[in-house]
This record gives sequence, C-alpha cells and structure tokens, in this order.
Amino acid sequence: MKHLLSIDDLGREGVDELCELAESFLEVTQRDIPKVPALRGKTVACVFYEDSTRTRLSFETAAKRLSADTMAFSVGSSSVTKGESLRDTVQTIEAMGIDAMVVRHRAAGAPHRIATWIDASIVNAGDGRHEHPTQALLDTFTLRRHRGPSLDGARVAIVGDVRHSRVARSSTKAFAALGAKVTLVGPPTMLPESLDGWPASVSCDLDAVLPEVDVVYLLRIQHERQDATLFPSLREYTTRFGLTVERAARLRDDVLVMHAGPMNRGVEIAPEVAEAPRSVITEQVANGVAIRMAVLYSLLGSGAPVA
Amino acid sequence: MLRGGRVVDATGDRVADVLVEGDRITEVGDGLRGDRELDAGRCVVAPGLVDLHVHLREPGMEEAETIETGARAAALGGFTAVVAMPNTTPPHDDPAVVGAVLAQGSRATCDVHAAGAITKGRDGCELAPMGELHALGVRIFTDDGACVDAAGVMRAALEYAGSLPDAVVAQHAEDTSLAAGGHMHEGDWSSRLGIPGRPAAAEDTIVARDCILAALTGTHVHFLHLSSAGAVEQVRIAKARGLPVTAEAAPHHFTLTDEACASFDPAFKVHPPLRAPADVAAVKAGLADGTIDAIATDHAPHPTEAKERPFEEAPPGMLGLETALALTLGELVTPGVVDLSTALARLSWGPAAIAGLVDHGGPVAAGSVANLCVFDPEETWTVVPTSLASRARNTPYAGREMQGRVRHTILRGEPVVIDGSATR
Repeated sequence: MKHLLSIDDLGREGVDELCELAESFLEVTQRDIPKVPALRGKTVACVFYEDSTRTRLSFETAAKRLSADTMAFSVGSSSVTKGESLRDTVQTIEAMGIDAMVVRHRAAGAPHRIATWIDASIVNAGDGRHEHPTQALLDTFTLRRHRGPSLDGARVAIVGDVRHSRVARSSTKAFAALGAKVTLVGPPTMLPESLDGWPASVSCDLDAVLPEVDVVYLLRIQHERQDATLFPSLREYTTRFGLTVERAARLRDDVLVMHAGPMNRGVEIAPEVAEAPRSVITEQVANGVAIRMAVLYSLLGSGAPVA
Repeated sequence: MLRGGRVVDATGDRVADVLVEGDRITEVGDGLRGDRELDAGRCVVAPGLVDLHVHLREPGMEEAETIETGARAAALGGFTAVVAMPNTTPPHDDPAVVGAVLAQGSRATCDVHAAGAITKGRDGCELAPMGELHALGVRIFTDDGACVDAAGVMRAALEYAGSLPDAVVAQHAEDTSLAAGGHMHEGDWSSRLGIPGRPAAAEDTIVARDCILAALTGTHVHFLHLSSAGAVEQVRIAKARGLPVTAEAAPHHFTLTDEACASFDPAFKVHPPLRAPADVAAVKAGLADGTIDAIATDHAPHPTEAKERPFEEAPPGMLGLETALALTLGELVTPGVVDLSTALARLSWGPAAIAGLVDHGGPVAAGSVANLCVFDPEETWTVVPTSLASRARNTPYAGREMQGRVRHTILRGEPVVIDGSATR
C-alpha cells in the first residue's frame, strides 16, 4: 500500500489487516515505555489545512510511538485561497525530506491531488465532506474489539448530518466491508442526495430504527455549518434525532454508543448517555492512536513483525 | 484560391474551387485559377465558424489569455468570429471598456464581438447602459458567469432590450440559491465524492421562468450552455409555442459526464457542471432536432496555478476553441447524431444569425465576405496542452485523440491559418 486515501483502497482484507496490526500496537501503547523503533529515521509531516486537535495529535503521537520524526504544518484557514498554490506548498514540504504526509484539507480530493504531485506516501486525515479513512478504521477497530473480528449481521445506525459528513461516508464503507448492515438516520436535508456508493439504507425515523440496532453512531451537529435550512432548531433536532436519556433507556443493554467527537452534549447526545457504560467514545480515541500506528507502519515499515 | 474542396454551406454541398479577391469571395466553380493557391483536397470548405461564448480574459486576467492569444486559438479552431463574454475586470458594463475590447479585437486574427453586461457590475441589480453599449455594436447582453436571479430584473432587462434592434438577452441559467456552494453536478457522483452539488433543477427552473418572461416581453432570450435534460425540454416546449428563444450547448456538455470529476482534477470543473449520461444524451438530441441552435465553446482559460488547487477551491471553466470542431465531428457527425451540414449549422450560420453577424455564416458564394474555415474531417491528432495557442493549459481533453483538423482559416480574405499554423 502506497497511500491511504479512501476506504475503497482497502476492502475487507485491508481493513482486517490494519485492525489486526493495530491490536499489537495497542499493546505497545499500554507499556511503561510506549514506543518501538519501527520507523526510526522516517519523517512524517502532518499538513493540516483545517483546524483539528484530536486527529493531528493522534497522528503525531502515533508517529512518535513508532520513533518517526514528525513535522507539523498548519495553515490558517484564511490564507488557503491566496498566494502559494497547494502544489507549490506540498512540493516545498517534500523537498525538506519526508516519507509520509498526513493531510487534512477542507476540500474533497485534496490528498488525491497531492498524491499525483509528490512521491511521499499520503494519508488522508479528512478531506472536505469526502472521507476520513483513519476515523473509519478506528471505529471499525473499536467495534471489532467488542464484537469479534466479523461484523457480519451487526446492525449499525449512523445518525445525524450524514450528507455533509466525511466520517459517515468512510465509516459506512468500512462497517459494510466487514459485513455490517448500516442504516443512515436523519432528516432528508441531512441524508445523501443519492445512495450510489453508500452501502446502506436510510430512515428519517430514529425511534423506528433504534429497536433494531446493535450500535448507535452519532455524528456531531455542526453549528457553524448550520445555515437554517438543514433543520429548524437545535431543540427540534434533539427532539427528533438526539440520543436522549429516554431513548437510551429503551436500548438493549448490549447496544453500543459511538461518537466521532467532538461532542455537543445535550444536542445529539445527552451527557448521561455519553458517560454510560455502553458508551465507547473514549475507547475510540485511545484506539485512534493504535490504528494510526498501524497505518503509518504499513505504509512506511519494513514489513517485519512488530517487536 | 482554395483548390478542390467540398464546399458545404446552408445552401448545399458540392465540390468546387473558391476564388477570393480582397475581402470577398468572387467566384465558386470548377477549374478556377488564382495567383496563390491553398490546397483544399480531402477538405471541407465551410463558412467560418462562429463562437457565441468565449472568455478572452482581457482586461484583467491576461496571465490566462489575451484578446490576441484567444483570437489566435479561435482561428486555429476554425472560428472567424467570437463573442467575448463580459466578466472581465473591469466588466463590459461600460462603453469605455467595450470600446477598448473592440479596438484590441480589430487587430486580432478573428472578428471579436463583445457581449455587454445586463446589470452593472454583473451583480443582478441595476441595468447596465444597454443602449450605449448597443450603439457600439453590442447585440448580446449577458451577465454570464452569474445568473440574473431576480425575475423582476430579468423582466426589466427584457423589456428594455426590446427597444434595441436585434438585441438578445442571454442567460447563464443557474439559480444561485440552488447552485451556490456547489462545485459539480448534484447526483450519484457528487454523493460518492462528497463534493457539494449544483442540481440540474437550478438550470431547469431558470430556463422555464425565462421562457415565460420571453412570452411576457416578446424579447429574444438566448440560453447559454444548456447542460441538463430538463432545460433542453423546456426550450423545446417554448419553441413549439413559438416563443423567441434560442439556445447553445458547449462541446464538454455533449462529450463528458460528471464521472470525470472522480479524478478530483479541476480541469473537469465548469459551470454549469458536467452532468449525468442522460443529460449528455438530451443535449445531443437537442442539437440534432434543432432545439439547440448553436455549439458554443464557453472557452474559459485559467492559469495553471489556479487549477493546481483542490477541486472545490479551483475556478470553473475549461478551454474549448481548439477542440470544438474536432469534438463535433468525432462525437456527433461520425456516430451519426447529426450530419455534416447540421453540425456546421450549429457551428457557423446558426450562431451567426443569433448574433446578427451578416459577414459570417456564409453562404460560400460570389459576393460574400471571405470568412472561411477549411478542415480535413478525417485527420486525427492528439491534444497536447502545451501545444495549444491559448495562453492557458486547462483543457479537459489532454491526451485525447481527436478526429478532424483545421487546415486553413480565411478572415476577410486574409489566410490567418495556413496548413494548421497561424500566420500571425
């Protein structure tokens, strides 16, 4: 594997391999000295054209635990469209000597374009509304750790602004690749304009879906993107699509609750639900480091077994 | 003297020599003799092509194109007249700007006509000085690049233009409130790619509305770059009702689909966007049955660095002048969608009539102004962006094999292209 741009690049086998590799790295991260020399001498550049705390920290931590050198490049959101072209910027960074570039960009396909311009391995850390493959991998890894390596028959509801969500697009593909049945839930203004390429069904009725699910995956409601035409008010959204305490109480005990973060407590998820034992939200974050170690290792590593 | 070509114009199709003296055709017939002969063997000799829709970028974006380089690209593409769109900086909403464009165009290798803006600053609010621009020779008014969204403003523009002889109000039909924020056709591919979409409904609704306004005002409405099946159908209905509407389509809308955007290459970004296969089929059908009167390129040069941005951040538009004829021949004539005469009607005398260009569009007969396009309909060639005459490189057809190539272009009697090379 040269790049990780889309879940489409992996298929079931690729997702499985990375999850199994992540399992061994998860053990590494729990050691007293959580570090292996697997990528010593390699340099990973984190190039973020869009604000992100957790994803960037997660990648940097993953690279450091593999003993890679890291450099970070953040672009103020206002300077993107002026001055230097994207191509010039990434070629400049490459000229400093890097082996992999982790790219976050607010426009779909930016990592794909960069992959045509430079030789380094490209990892898509989120491109516009398109994909966020490492989030999907860590979500899948988290589910596998609870349910076993196959998700065959698992019923997953992804709830929220699916249409504008790169997480939903990637995770739907990853869950479905392992055999899960995915239902996308939200008002019609938040569901995909076409289901082409989405291995999922849709529903606008959360209460009808919840009795039939094994996993509820909540998407963040993006206040900043809410332009008054997606839904009338936060209160109405929560009433119709929020995982409230009342709704959560009707779930079977073994139903898992996931969230890609950062959460709007009280909007898409009640605080009590986020803290409940069924919630695996904190695990998702911890697993993120292990899965990103697996991704970087499979792109840059020697292929030798991890010590 | 053009020797031995197949002469095709609105009046018919025959093999003949064409004699040009000064800026006029003086004789068409067999066994003619001239001081200087250009070989037209195996070639079609047609009236010069007319492009209703080009962006020459001067003034304001000369790093992408100038009137000189754009006109040279036009001549190499077989065009003897182009209509320059008003979205320059400053725009064509002022007689001084239009006068400067026309002056520069008078020295170019094709006739350069200027479209005037409908509204000041092309912002869709107040009418531009249409009468003053008309006095300079402007016949087509458009805010192209921007849609005149407000129905009241469009109605006022149509009413006002009704007092200007032969004026045409041309609409970039994409309702801003539906298309804003979108970067490609809304459909299966936009959903897959996560690129915000521009729905066909944005085009269909404006076309339907403006057909109704054409009925209300009686003024000629021309629809720029039709791209959706729904819009083609609206124009078909309006024409059946006898309304004063015409339409054009761009070669990229009958040769490419939205699937091309899966590469995320902004070379495929254009407004209105590349659409679904059913829309492409509808545009072809519209060209065949005459619903669409003209093929116009929407030639839109952009500097390379502007297209080296992510898809959503790159400007829309693609080159078209040097590939339009070959795409028409290869994608419409050879597969039998239209015959050669119909193809040339869409590329030459159809658009010449819309723009009121009496010196263009033929016939190829004694007394006509010698604006001619001579092309070999069988010659194949490959698009190499760096070999194009345009200053910009943003063709979506890089590497594509083309069928049909311009051999000579004659502008008012002057051979501006000989054997596929520009003479100046």
